Amino acid sequence: MNIHEHQAKEIFKRYGVPTPQGSVAFKPQTAIRAAQQIGGDLEVWVVKAQIHAGGRGKAGGVKLAKSPEEVGKLAEEMLGMRLVTHQTGPEGKVCHSVYIEEGANIEKEYYLGIVLDRATEMPVMMASTEGGVEIEEVAEKTPEKIIMVGIDPAIGFQSFHGRDLAFGLGLPKDQVNKFIKFAKLLYEVYMDYDAEMIEINPLIRTAEKSFIALDAKMGFDNNALYRQPEIQAMRDITEEEPTEVEAGQYNLSYIKLDGNVGCMVNGAGLAMATMDIIKHEGGEPANFLDVGGGANAETVAKGFEIILRDENVKAIFVNIFGGIVRCDRVANGILEATKLTNVTVPVIVRLDGTNAAEAKKILDNSGIANIISAENLADGAKKAVKASEGA
Amino acid sequence: MSILVNKDTKVIVQGFTGKEGTFHAEQCIEYGTQIVGGVTPGKGGTEHLGKPVFNTVIDAVNTTGATVSMIFVPPAFVADAIMESVDAGIELIVTITEGTPVKDMMYAKAYADKKGVNTIGPNCPGIITAEECKIGIMPGFIFKKGKVGLISKSGTLTYEASNQVVNAGYGISTAVGIGGDPIIGMSYNQLIALFEADPDTEAIVMIGEIGGNLEIEAAKFIKENVTKPVIAFIAGQTAPKGKRMGHAGAIISGGKGTAAEKMAALSDAGVYVVKSPADIGAKVIEALSK
Repeated sequence: MNIHEHQAKEIFKRYGVPTPQGSVAFKPQTAIRAAQQIGGDLEVWVVKAQIHAGGRGKAGGVKLAKSPEEVGKLAEEMLGMRLVTHQTGPEGKVCHSVYIEEGANIEKEYYLGIVLDRATEMPVMMASTEGGVEIEEVAEKTPEKIIMVGIDPAIGFQSFHGRDLAFGLGLPKDQVNKFIKFAKLLYEVYMDYDAEMIEINPLIRTAEKSFIALDAKMGFDNNALYRQPEIQAMRDITEEEPTEVEAGQYNLSYIKLDGNVGCMVNGAGLAMATMDIIKHEGGEPANFLDVGGGANAETVAKGFEIILRDENVKAIFVNIFGGIVRCDRVANGILEATKLTNVTVPVIVRLDGTNAAEAKKILDNSGIANIISAENLADGAKKAVKASEGA
Repeated sequence: MSILVNKDTKVIVQGFTGKEGTFHAEQCIEYGTQIVGGVTPGKGGTEHLGKPVFNTVIDAVNTTGATVSMIFVPPAFVADAIMESVDAGIELIVTITEGTPVKDMMYAKAYADKKGVNTIGPNCPGIITAEECKIGIMPGFIFKKGKVGLISKSGTLTYEASNQVVNAGYGISTAVGIGGDPIIGMSYNQLIALFEADPDTEAIVMIGEIGGNLEIEAAKFIKENVTKPVIAFIAGQTAPKGKRMGHAGAIISGGKGTAAEKMAALSDAGVYVVKSPADIGAKVIEALSK
């Protein structure tokens, strides 16, 4: 789960991680008032679109204002605007709130982040002198400009971790301790909140030689949300794909794709493999859908409903490997579900595993014209692709 | 022969008396697994499924001589359960539970590693030595005895692969579901090494997926150490970047962990890589008839 910049900064503040003065606004009027209250010596404010994606600057989601009135004007432009960045996908994300911040006297921009390093199974802190640009780009073109330090949670963040980073960045001696303090606080935030990722891009050094988090991005481990009520409360479902959210309420894991062959599968690995075989047979999968362990009539019906909401879908491939779940029960569930939901496209069903033969008999004798049973994985995929082509 | 577990392996169940623990422990007993008892704090001294229940793992180990623990406790208690088993001298810990926080696994895995204890999972179907010992939630009948070792991150895809191997006229020595979380216990390399050394395993099927770099590490390991044929399928060739595909660890982040790079690395290491998940069985035949 991700949160907004202004929410991440609220957490930062609580831990003493320096951030600029700022306030969130949902209306232009409140944006103006926010600017007046914040004030600031520079008489410059920054208006920042609050969406769960990086690359906002290039998309027109970060702008400077010289007066509170201008803040209001920019806020009006940004609110409701659809921003398309390299992280949003082509459909973009709509901005529902703006963050108003005092301008900062930037001397130098850095990058600082923490993620889990799956290879060493511990958090790794990353820093770079190439702040303010896409870190993926830096990683690709000049990987030597990213300094990485793994932190063993058994010992936590020690000063030497900070020194490795600070001297790696080439910081002057008098700024090393300030940086270490900053990095240590950030590590505490990461661990205490079960974060999966923290990214500050840019981290700035001001003319007054202080380090400030000018931006803040945080993502969290979904498995740990149960013990992070504060983070749960920060969830903004308008940032999420509505169909994916709805599927989640029924314990279905759904991700929309661009093709026309709908897929319904039990198990995440088999669901990915099913998408792959559709493509391998010359088709395009319309979605990822894992119905989980309990493939009953209700969940299957909900699955059909969600898949069919996508008008591109011309055929559905149901691929279930019954283990504990009995295939004959799943077959009956599918028949019932097609009655519950008005399924008009061809449904190719491949059931294997426990009681597969009985299941095939049930499907073949159903008398429902658009239910086609398949012999195996390859046969099912071929039939589904063919059906999607209208053949 | 087989790897890690066989008909003589003594197993206890943590979370024995819960709904999941009860159902699956019963299935394991039916399969022939030597479930010698279970642990549910507060229910020590009672009996469940005809086996003794203990308050602590150390009590269970001292009384039964169990060397393997199968964990079904809820996600919030997984790390504690793993570390308790490590301290009690358990040699292999198999965690089935899905949804364990990554931070908890960071500590639990590090502790098990430090004490030299093998772990499998979490969020996995478990381990099965065909027709001898099932420690997990997989449907046992799919795993006919044979000479192919199987390692997979996914549950149902493991069943699919085993089914294809069996339909191809072969069978399974041991199958291990290693789980699809960001931090998991035993990985491809350790298991491949065990299969390489197992005289009764003649080929290895590995099923991977997008996210992380375990498959790339496996490719390096295979290139240098493995003489037996390895057949691989990587799920998620069509998965979009930045989206979590069901498993917590199945995500292409920062352009890394794609199926394409894993498939290329494995091919380069001499592994038989299949593009279609339907070709696993046929590839096993091809590899074993050479």
